[in-house]
Amino acid sequence: MANKIALMQGNEACVQGALYAGYRFYAGYPITPSTEIAELSALELPKVGGKFIQMEDEIGGIAAAIGASIAGTKAMTATSGPGFSLKQENIGYAVMAQIPLVIVNVMRGGPSTGLPTQSAQADIMQAKWGSHGDYPMIALSPISVRETFDLTVRAFNLAEKYRTPVMLMTDEVIGHLRERVEIPVEGELEVFDRITAEAGKLRRRPYEKEPGEIVPAMSVFGDGNRTHTTGLFYNETGFPSNSTENAKIMLDRIFSKIYDHVDDIVQVEEYELADCEVAFVAFGSTSRVVKAAIKQLRADGIKAGLLRAITIWPSPEKQIRALAEQVDHIIVAEQNEGQYVREVQRIVEGRAKVYHIGRGNGEILTPPELIDLVKEVKHATK
Amino acid sequence: MKHIEFRLTGSGGQGVLMLGVILAEAAINKGYNAIQSQSYGPEARGGASRCEVIISGQDIDFPEVQQPDVLLALTQLAADKYARDLKADAIVIIDDSIELSHDPGTKNIYRLPILVTARDVVRKELTANIVSLAAINQILGLFDQAELLEAILHRVPKGTEILNQRAVDAGIELVQNHAG
Repeated sequence: MANKIALMQGNEACVQGALYAGYRFYAGYPITPSTEIAELSALELPKVGGKFIQMEDEIGGIAAAIGASIAGTKAMTATSGPGFSLKQENIGYAVMAQIPLVIVNVMRGGPSTGLPTQSAQADIMQAKWGSHGDYPMIALSPISVRETFDLTVRAFNLAEKYRTPVMLMTDEVIGHLRERVEIPVEGELEVFDRITAEAGKLRRRPYEKEPGEIVPAMSVFGDGNRTHTTGLFYNETGFPSNSTENAKIMLDRIFSKIYDHVDDIVQVEEYELADCEVAFVAFGSTSRVVKAAIKQLRADGIKAGLLRAITIWPSPEKQIRALAEQVDHIIVAEQNEGQYVREVQRIVEGRAKVYHIGRGNGEILTPPELIDLVKEVKHATK
Repeated sequence: MKHIEFRLTGSGGQGVLMLGVILAEAAINKGYNAIQSQSYGPEARGGASRCEVIISGQDIDFPEVQQPDVLLALTQLAADKYARDLKADAIVIIDDSIELSHDPGTKNIYRLPILVTARDVVRKELTANIVSLAAINQILGLFDQAELLEAILHRVPKGTEILNQRAVDAGIELVQNHAG
């Protein structure tokens, strides 16, 4: 069957991707520039037997989505700017209680109410560190409208597979951009459904993993399983435990289910890297600007390339380390005042010189600025 | 297909966003690559609103218009604000009610009675965007009439087919009459 071609908006592709993945529940509170995700979900979910709820606020939005997921439904919530801050406590809850959930952040300028209609990539550190306590996070960042579709499907897959919240960190540029999309046909993309416990079976230790399981099979609330969900540290019975020994075991499980599977979770795009002398690290809409700059630089005989983080958390440590062995200069281009550059510096550990270009005032970077910086960096070494 | 950057401007409610969406969709239907974006926020409400389209035979990396090849302005405010930073040979299409307050740096200027035509000839002010679209296409020769009409009818409400056909005809005629 041939792919249908359509002019589609980024936020629309997110909803279509979610539906492709079997999404049946949205709860949230509309906020620019993510509002189209709520609007379209309200229109489409009832047609497939799903539910849409506009909650009283952002906190209620994520809380209801967590509840729907516990009840066995693939759930999503979307937000921007201040809404992402408001959701942080419940993000930690979903990590701790091991609830699959997709959280979309269509990033806009901040802090506070900031720039509601302008783009930014300034919630990158918050995505990883925004909730209290120690925890890992999976966050994906699309470069295009089509990739918004694909990564929304993937976000659901990873959430279901690892029983954890997954973030789709897109931005106003991609969220509002309309572009040509080849819509995936049924069966073209993998769709993964969580492993659920047998209905009505009494499990005394619902958080005990069976051999071969990455995470314990999930009880569907209302299916007759005895199960308990809490944000406190719990043991394999699901009931709270104050034991530091137990906390160590559970914390290790929450981390290792992600970090033991980094190769499954982390995706990058290597663009013109093979012979490159100056490399960019970028993600999301900014990587489009970088690609445009690289094409012009290459036309001028300057070998520039891009390592694009499709998965931004966990960060592509192995790939960034290899890049630092290959090139002397790494430029981190991002639409903020300097965030992911810190992660790159941490990984590079001085093996290459790391530069930052970016700004948080809502103006996207342009190819000429990137070209000038590459020339400056190259010149400095001569 | 060469790379063409469009900046389509007017005031909120004139339908320049719809114009851009239809233009981009017509391009995609024809097998080209196209993207569309627009300005959001307070400036789009009552003030000058802007919609951008890029059509290309290749990948479109940078998602914004840098130097328009084609500028449409339907209001004085929009012309003052957006008829700038154009390519040297850019095509400027403005409503004939507009007096350019500055030299846009190109000689290809079409001052067309778009708003009056929509109101008095098509007899529906709302069709100014479709009149404009037909005029743009008549100047650039991107699509044949059937392709253009198909893209328009995909987006406009049912029951307005004849009205939109009239708007297309009127837009074409504006450009044909302009030559003199």
